[in-house]
Amino acid sequence: MPVQLKTLIPLFAVFIILFLVARHFLIPDSFGKYGHYRADAIDEIAALPINYAGKAVCVDCHDVEGEKLASDMHATLNCELCHGPNAKHADDYEIKEFLIKDGSREFCGRCHSLNPARKIEVISQIDIKEHHPEKEKCIDCHNPHAVTELTE
Amino acid sequence: MNSTRRNFIKKSAALAGTILATSALEPFTAIIFAAGEPDDPTKPWYGIGIDIEKCIGCGMCAKACKLENNVSQEPFYFRSWVEQYTIKNDGTIHVESPNGGIDGFKQTVPEEEIYKTFFVPKMCNHCAKSPCTQVCPVGATFESPEGIALVDEKYCMGCSYCIQACPYGCRYLHPEKKTADKCTLCYHRITKGLEPACMEICPTHARIYGDLNDSEGELYKFLKEHNCQVLKPHLNTGSKLSYNGLSSEVR
Repeated sequence: MPVQLKTLIPLFAVFIILFLVARHFLIPDSFGKYGHYRADAIDEIAALPINYAGKAVCVDCHDVEGEKLASDMHATLNCELCHGPNAKHADDYEIKEFLIKDGSREFCGRCHSLNPARKIEVISQIDIKEHHPEKEKCIDCHNPHAVTELTE
Repeated sequence: MNSTRRNFIKKSAALAGTILATSALEPFTAIIFAAGEPDDPTKPWYGIGIDIEKCIGCGMCAKACKLENNVSQEPFYFRSWVEQYTIKNDGTIHVESPNGGIDGFKQTVPEEEIYKTFFVPKMCNHCAKSPCTQVCPVGATFESPEGIALVDEKYCMGCSYCIQACPYGCRYLHPEKKTADKCTLCYHRITKGLEPACMEICPTHARIYGDLNDSEGELYKFLKEHNCQVLKPHLNTGSKLSYNGLSSEVR
C-alpha cells in the first residue's frame, strides 16, 4: 500500500465518523417517519389557532338570528361572511372589536352589483347606484337576516 | 492475443452482471419524494372541487384566507385568489385580478365588447405528483399522508426553488419569515372538524373539499355529477383540484 494512502485512510475515517456523529445530532427525531420531511411539522401546522369560529358556534348563542336566517334566501350564508372572523368573540363575548356590521352599497354590492360574469340564476343583482338612490345604505330598507322583509 | 480475449470475456461478464443486478432494483422514478397516490386507501386523501358556474366573484374567499392565515395584506401575497376572465368579441382574452379579488370586482371591459366572462377562483392544487415538493433540497415541503402539500417553516431555508417550480403560482416567500408559504387547505381547521376558511365563507357553496377515497362523500358525488377538468393537465402534476365548467382559455 502506498504510504500516502496509509496516512490518508485514518484521516478519512475520522471525517466520516465526525460526519455520522454530526448527522445523528442534527437530524430531528421525526424526520423520515412518513417521508423525506419532519413529521412533527404536521402537528405544528395542525396546532395553529383558528380565526373563523364557524356558523355552528355563532348560532349556539345567537339562536334568534340563526333561526331567522335559516328560513331566508341568505340561509346558505355563513355569519362570518358579513360579520368578519370572530373566533376571539366566540371565546370571550366581550371581544367585539372585529365585529363588522357594514350593510353599505359597496359591501352588499360585492355580491349583488351587476356584473356580466355573475349568473342571474345564481345571484340576484341590481345597479348599486341606481337602486333607490334616495337611501344611503342597503340595510336602511333590507334586513340582511330576512331580505324580503322591507323595513319601510 | 490471449490476454485480449480474456479481457474481453471479463468485461462482457461484468457488464452482463451489472445489467442483471440493476434490473432487480426498483425502477428509478423522478417522483420518488412525491406520494403520487394514497399510502392507505382506507385513510382520507383530500381533494378539492370548485364550481365555476356558481362563483359570483365576491372575493370573500381570498379575503377570508388572508384573515384566517394571517397572510400579509400587501397585494403580492396570496394563498387563494380570484381571477376574472373576459373573452372579447375579437377573441382576445383579458384576465384581471385586482388585489386578488379581495376588494371585489368591477367590470372594466364594456359590455358590448364581451363575448363571455367568468370568474376562476384559484388556490393550491395539492398535486399528487407535486413539482414543488420534488424540488425542495432540504425536505421542508412535503405531501402529508392525507395528500396535502405543506411547508415546514422551521426547515425551509427560503431558496424559493419551489416557488419557481409551482406551475400554478400558488406559492410566495413570506415577507417577514423569508420562508416559502402556501395554502395548507386550512390544515389547522380541517383537523379540528371545521371547513377551510375559503369554503366556510363561500356564499354560493362554489368550493368544496373532501376525501377522494370516500365513495359516499360530497366531493366524490361532485366529481361524478359534473364534467370536471384540472388546470394544466399536460404537466402531469396529479392536481387534486377539479373545476366544473372550466373553459379552455384558463391558464
